Amino acid sequence: MRYLLLIYTDQNVYAGMNEDEMQADMAKWWDYDGAIKGAGVSSLGEALQPTTTATTVVDDGGKPLVTDGPFAETREQLGGFYLLDVENLDQAIEWAHKCPAATYGKVELRPIQEFEQG
Amino acid sequence: MAILAGALGGDVDRAEEAVQDAYAVALDRWPRDGVPSTPAAWILTTAKRRAIDRLRREASLRDKQALLARELEDAVRDLPGEDEAMIPDERLGLVFACCHPALAPEAQVPLTLRLVGGLTVPEIARALLLPEPTVAQRMVRAKHKIRVSGIPLAEPAPDALADRLAAVLAVLYLIFNEGYAATAGDAVVREDLAGEAIRLARIVHLLLPDEPEPAGLLALMLLHHARRAARVGADGDLVLLEEQDRERWDRAMIGQALPLVDRALTLRRPPGPYALQSAIAAIHAQAARPGATDWRQIALLYAELGRVQPSPVVTLNQAVAVAMADGPAKGLHLIDALARDGALDRYHLLHAARADLLRRLGRPAEAAAAYDRALELATLPAERRFLARRRAECEG
Repeated sequence: MRYLLLIYTDQNVYAGMNEDEMQADMAKWWDYDGAIKGAGVSSLGEALQPTTTATTVVDDGGKPLVTDGPFAETREQLGGFYLLDVENLDQAIEWAHKCPAATYGKVELRPIQEFEQG
Repeated sequence: MAILAGALGGDVDRAEEAVQDAYAVALDRWPRDGVPSTPAAWILTTAKRRAIDRLRREASLRDKQALLARELEDAVRDLPGEDEAMIPDERLGLVFACCHPALAPEAQVPLTLRLVGGLTVPEIARALLLPEPTVAQRMVRAKHKIRVSGIPLAEPAPDALADRLAAVLAVLYLIFNEGYAATAGDAVVREDLAGEAIRLARIVHLLLPDEPEPAGLLALMLLHHARRAARVGADGDLVLLEEQDRERWDRAMIGQALPLVDRALTLRRPPGPYALQSAIAAIHAQAARPGATDWRQIALLYAELGRVQPSPVVTLNQAVAVAMADGPAKGLHLIDALARDGALDRYHLLHAARADLLRRLGRPAEAAAAYDRALELATLPAERRFLARRRAECEG
């Protein structure tokens, strides 16, 4: 089964880190990234730029209406994701638990809606 | 069938269909639950209910909401668990799936009763004092989530087993306590619920015979349930443990529980919380009268329980046992520390226990104040009467 593993963190956590803490955190992420890709359960996973760089688009009578944001309603923002391909939810939970963000943020698992091709 | 056809507005096909349905239900139920005293009436009632169900189903299919419901039903159709003749591994997998932490807690109980216990939706609704549609809706949603989010119908990986098993046992104990607490509803039905929890605990114990905690939980339930006849007085009120007629305790059930307690305590060291609680219940069950209770042993078990599962309530129970074993002064020392901590300030038993020790230490004014506080917080009539009686003694 495929899941999107969504990583939510408070961006201020990173702002409050000194150089050493930042390096240690990055090292954890690289380890995690290596493990998850090495295990062959994820071929796609990326970190996202902070929400201050986000742009929102809606259709406005045939023209795109573009706005800055969205601005945070909660402290924890989507900061990255992995696409997982595992046997079941328990295996997905194991990977979510290993994710460094599980200790200082939240990790959400959403099953992919699979459509029959036809 | 003619009666039924009349009731259904003359639709004989529908009546026949409904009676067929009812016979199918009877074939499934009667060998298991026994034949009802009036089988024909039973068939008629069941057939009527089935016909109404069918009519409802057909009628509601016309609107969109019901279409969604049908989609969900389709989605869960291939889920196993509705048939009784399941191989043990499947059944165990189902237990773990029903109590999976990814499911809403309010869905875990009805789902376990339905898929593992085999109860019907109306039976579950009655037992949990919930409207049938609420139970049905929770069930459909939870089954849908099991399937769509990939909750495995399997025993969890060994490193996750302890936590997941604890979640399963917590659900079973919750079901049992729903029946045991008897705070609301039809007492007879509630006793059935306690019995159902015991049946489920027995299934889990048989499926995982080498795990100590299912044995401990089963023993704990049996030991509590063995007191059921003595727990309620002629006036329908709860009777406190010390005041129960121990002749009315179910000795056969206690006899079943004791070997399970031994097993739960010795299978793994240190013993888990259910094993320890069952050991405490076993000591009470083996005392011929309240005065013969081995309080020293109980105090030790509570101390151990406090280590594996720290909680202020456990500490309070330990303090009471210490007071019984080593005198009120030692117990009061522990309870005062707990009272300063404040976590149990709204728990009437903290104040009741403190009052009792102050009374025994010959400090009636302080005891009376503590009884007053306990009386402010206690709700059960039997407890209130007991506290008021003791409160009055402090003034004499």
